[in-house]
Amino acid sequence: MAVGSSGCALEKLLKKGAEADIYVTKWFGEEVVTKIRKPKTFMHPKLDAELRRHRTIREASFLSDAKDAGVLTPFIYYVDSVKGEIVMEYVTGKRLKDVLLAERLEKVAPVCEELGRCIAKLHKKNIIHGDLSTSNFIINDRALTFIDFGLSSTSQRLEDKAVDLHLVKQVLKSAHGKIWEKVFQLVLRGYGEIAGSGQIDALLAKIKEIERRGRYARVE
Amino acid sequence: MERTVKPNTSNILGLGIESTAHTFGASVVNSTKILSDVKDVYKPPEGSGIHPREASRHHTEKAAEVIKQALEKAAVKPKELNFVAYSMGPGLGPCLRVGAVVARTLSSYMKIPLIPVNHAVGHIEIGAMLTGALDPVVLLVSGGHTVICAFEADRWRIFGETLDLSIGQLLDQFGREAGFASPCGARIEQHALSSSNLLPLPYSVKGQDVSYSGMLTAAKKMLHSGKPFDDICYSLQETGFAMLVEVAERAIAFTEKKQLLVVGGVAANRRLSEMLKEVSTRHGAGLYVVPLTYSGDCGAQIAWTGLLAYRAGEEIQVERSVVRQSWRLDQVDVPWRSS
Ligand SMILES: Nc1ncnc2c1ncn2[C@@H]1O[C@H](COP(=O)(O)OP(=O)(O)O)[C@@H](O)[C@H]1O
Ligand SMILES: [Mg+2]
Repeated sequence: MAVGSSGCALEKLLKKGAEADIYVTKWFGEEVVTKIRKPKTFMHPKLDAELRRHRTIREASFLSDAKDAGVLTPFIYYVDSVKGEIVMEYVTGKRLKDVLLAERLEKVAPVCEELGRCIAKLHKKNIIHGDLSTSNFIINDRALTFIDFGLSSTSQRLEDKAVDLHLVKQVLKSAHGKIWEKVFQLVLRGYGEIAGSGQIDALLAKIKEIERRGRYARVE
Repeated sequence: MERTVKPNTSNILGLGIESTAHTFGASVVNSTKILSDVKDVYKPPEGSGIHPREASRHHTEKAAEVIKQALEKAAVKPKELNFVAYSMGPGLGPCLRVGAVVARTLSSYMKIPLIPVNHAVGHIEIGAMLTGALDPVVLLVSGGHTVICAFEADRWRIFGETLDLSIGQLLDQFGREAGFASPCGARIEQHALSSSNLLPLPYSVKGQDVSYSGMLTAAKKMLHSGKPFDDICYSLQETGFAMLVEVAERAIAFTEKKQLLVVGGVAANRRLSEMLKEVSTRHGAGLYVVPLTYSGDCGAQIAWTGLLAYRAGEEIQVERSVVRQSWRLDQVDVPWRSS
């Protein structure tokens, strides 16, 4: 039986994420999650080791920084940066992605606004999440929890905050194409409550600029 | 747009004209196969990029001959054609206009429908047709594009893209700095084969997006500081491709689709497919790579997509057939697909 470096049994695979495998395991009797960034053999080993180590450290540290900023995140129990392993609280509930696909918009509107407020709280503390995809928010009857901080960074630049919001817009447009505009408006409304409407205008202008840059590249 | 869907008969014959950038291409297709695909590629002098006006002059000079050959190879007479399709965009204005003018002329003269095709959709559809991929996550990698998309809610939806340079531009601009003529991808791949020494380059993935501008600056610096050329080529590929593979993997994990299709000029790179093979296996997805002959810009991508559009009843009036230099993939109607 496979065992993680924390001693947790790795039997019950919960999800194959974008970059990590997520197992449900036991930690001193409690049900927890072990997130493992396994080696990616397609990458040069040096690059792979570097990325896994960096992201594991970053994830652990930003999970707690985000909590300080007033955003709910899973508690961390154990970190092994060399093995790329984090043991953390198991957050029950559904991913925003699945909720958006299943529920009517009126029902999810409050969550979308809350999402905006939480992103603004992070940005206020200069925390850039870096991967604001709808599969990285878990909703239950109590609260909205943010996960997956492996790509997070610190920055006070408007540009970096705008890229963060552009990612939200992009995932809504691509995966929730029929309702994306309304959902994005709700997110912005929540964001504005914390950050102010002046900041929203500045961010929207920046997002426009960012999106223009990457569009069909001129072949020079 | 009003559409009358045509019956799915097999005897449709169409001509497609490609002229978005370097390539002037023409191709004849019927409902099941590519009958001919002829192209002539404008080559800028070594170390310099494409001059839109020079390229368009090249296209103007070659157009008649390329089209004539495409018809001859297909053994099709102009009067047998049911439609003529052209790449309406996105691309370089002067180049696009050459294709558009030729297509309009043929359409008016022969009184056959004129079909506008989006070049990026063309890359995807020719890839899907030749590989048999039905509902894939698509990685479109070329000089003009670096996009991860999938078909959702009636459109090709963009899951990730570059925030600045395309992967093709990264390779070409670096190659030109080293004195090559673009496109430089194949030569960089060749040089990369002689090295296994990874030099540190900035790795920049933001959510589903990538950014290459920092990598280009760093690689140019290495070039001028005299680092071994093969090592830089190797490191550019290893790092630049790893970023692409990572965002492709993110899109597969997110959409849970079971096919990954790679299209566009950079799809010809063997190292890239090798890396993609591994992530698709990890997610139990099949990897579909467009065959080399049709990975770069070609008339066939326009002719084939034109055929799908023609059958779905799409058509444009000659007087409205402008070109669109920037025409985003997720703005294109795709009435022949369902999600
Ligand atoms: N602490 C957790 N509690 C419950 N589910 C989790 C937890 N962490 C991850 N998951 C589940 O696993 C999936 C992938 O985890 P994530 O941290 O986003 O990894 P990746 O970086 O690979 O995307 C999430 O979308 C979620 O469904
Ligand atoms: Mg995730």
